[in-house]
Amino acid sequence: MGVESKLGNFGVVTTTLEQVVNWSRTRAMWPMLFGLACCAIEMMAAQASDYDMSRFGMELMRASPRQSDLMIVAGRVSRKMAPVLRRLYDQMPDPKWVLAMGDCCSCGGVFNNYAIVPGVDEIVPVDVYVAGCPPRPEGLIHGVLTLYEKVTGEKIDHWS
Amino acid sequence: MRQMDIRLDELKHLVSDRAIEGETVLLNMGPQHPSTHGVLRLLLELDGERVVNCVPDVGFLHTGIEKNMETKTYEKALVMADRMDYLNNLGNNLCYCLAVEKLVDLDVPERAQVIRVLLTELQRIASHLVFLGTHALDTGAMSVFLYCFREREIILDIFEMCSGGRMMTAFFRPGGLWRDIPEGFEDAVRDFVDIFPRRIDQYEALLTKNPIYLDRTKGIGGISSEDALRWGLTGPNLRAAGVKFDLRKANPYSGYERYDFEIPVGSAGDVYDRYQVRVAELRQSLRIVEQALNNIPGGPVRSGNRKFVPPPRSELGTSMEALIHHFKLWTEGFPAPKGSVFVAVESPRGELGCYLEGDGGPKPYRIHFRTPSFATVQAIPVMAQGYLVADLVAIISSLDAVLGDVDR
Repeated sequence: MGVESKLGNFGVVTTTLEQVVNWSRTRAMWPMLFGLACCAIEMMAAQASDYDMSRFGMELMRASPRQSDLMIVAGRVSRKMAPVLRRLYDQMPDPKWVLAMGDCCSCGGVFNNYAIVPGVDEIVPVDVYVAGCPPRPEGLIHGVLTLYEKVTGEKIDHWS
Repeated sequence: MRQMDIRLDELKHLVSDRAIEGETVLLNMGPQHPSTHGVLRLLLELDGERVVNCVPDVGFLHTGIEKNMETKTYEKALVMADRMDYLNNLGNNLCYCLAVEKLVDLDVPERAQVIRVLLTELQRIASHLVFLGTHALDTGAMSVFLYCFREREIILDIFEMCSGGRMMTAFFRPGGLWRDIPEGFEDAVRDFVDIFPRRIDQYEALLTKNPIYLDRTKGIGGISSEDALRWGLTGPNLRAAGVKFDLRKANPYSGYERYDFEIPVGSAGDVYDRYQVRVAELRQSLRIVEQALNNIPGGPVRSGNRKFVPPPRSELGTSMEALIHHFKLWTEGFPAPKGSVFVAVESPRGELGCYLEGDGGPKPYRIHFRTPSFATVQAIPVMAQGYLVADLVAIISSLDAVLGDVDR
């Protein structure tokens, strides 16, 4: 595992609770399978052979919000979909994070009209925004890694 | 929003009396469900595990694209068409461009026509690959998905090479293409044409004679050819039911009459036939790509009509006229005559039509798309009645409805 050399003869590693919990959170963060529009196709591509998000502990997309840690909002959120999205977010157990993938759910994107919610942050708190219409799979992976950085730096008094 | 609050008598016109009396169970499926391919919601009426009826509820992805397009000039509205059916971006571009070209009577150079056909067929292959991957995933075969997306990446790389974008290319413009194909394009496509037939064999080896897959798909969700026509199905779903109708043959556009290809048809119209028709279409599309690739003529890729097509950048420094045209086109756009046109193309999902009405100004007065998935979704109840819920999942995925195409 690579930690043997640090164990010495005692079989004990000292670390802080913060570090070990944050580390484990970033190693198996299960996203919710929540594809809305175009970005969902790129999200699928990020899961598939060429980009393979399972390298980052994400091989499992959960269809149920009860089993997921991260909501990747992939695509445009319409006014009809907004309450559904909020409900799904409420159903997710803590700790939970939201990644807004693409321009539409970050800020409305090219759709400045009656039907689209101008940014999903009007409904749920967003941790990371990924720009692009749609973002490339590399963009999504970068967003996820940015989120990991954020999670790694979380302090114990922020855990609710 | 809260399902608990809905009283049953409000659903009276949607479900049978048995459901009101409590004899059958009403169940909500979607809009967040892994097998509804986006945000389709179905109200299921179940007798045990059998589907008595299902009522599709669309609109969860309504984007107001048509209305948005009416606020933009003809050339700028093009980018909206990309985002409608997000697996068929170039096909949407083509449909919209053909409508504009018909409205203003604009010529398209031969070279642009051939490249358009080539790229649209590549897009069809990419779209069918997504279908194949997700359909197999829904019926329980994970590996096909990984194989399909491997090949899809090759096609997306070709698109990126041309336009700079993987999905939203906006490469076709009224009057031709945005720019000429880059160096290395033909080699990239030829490499793909060389490897792809064997890759199709790989997919087929995983599914076509797989007994588990056959059990899940044969005789499931069948629709007769009369019913398919009556419900307005088009494209592979209609052809799987035995109707030999393809707009590329029936009403050729962009020079499709010059290509040699066949229209695969099924007979039973069930899930398995829909799968087989699409796999056969992969091979036929590849034939068209190959023919187009061998016959790309020289010449310009954009019409020389400066009233509608901006002049090349190089002319702006030397020609006053070119500068005026450029300025006019990018500030106010080109005016289109009064009148309306309708153009239909064969998208991977069926007949994609564009109704365009001009009022003499630079913006469309009304634009409407006849999208194939909309008709497909309304026919789900006809196919699903009497089957199990697990079969419904296979049926929905076999129809290959894209919700962006349904709701727009």
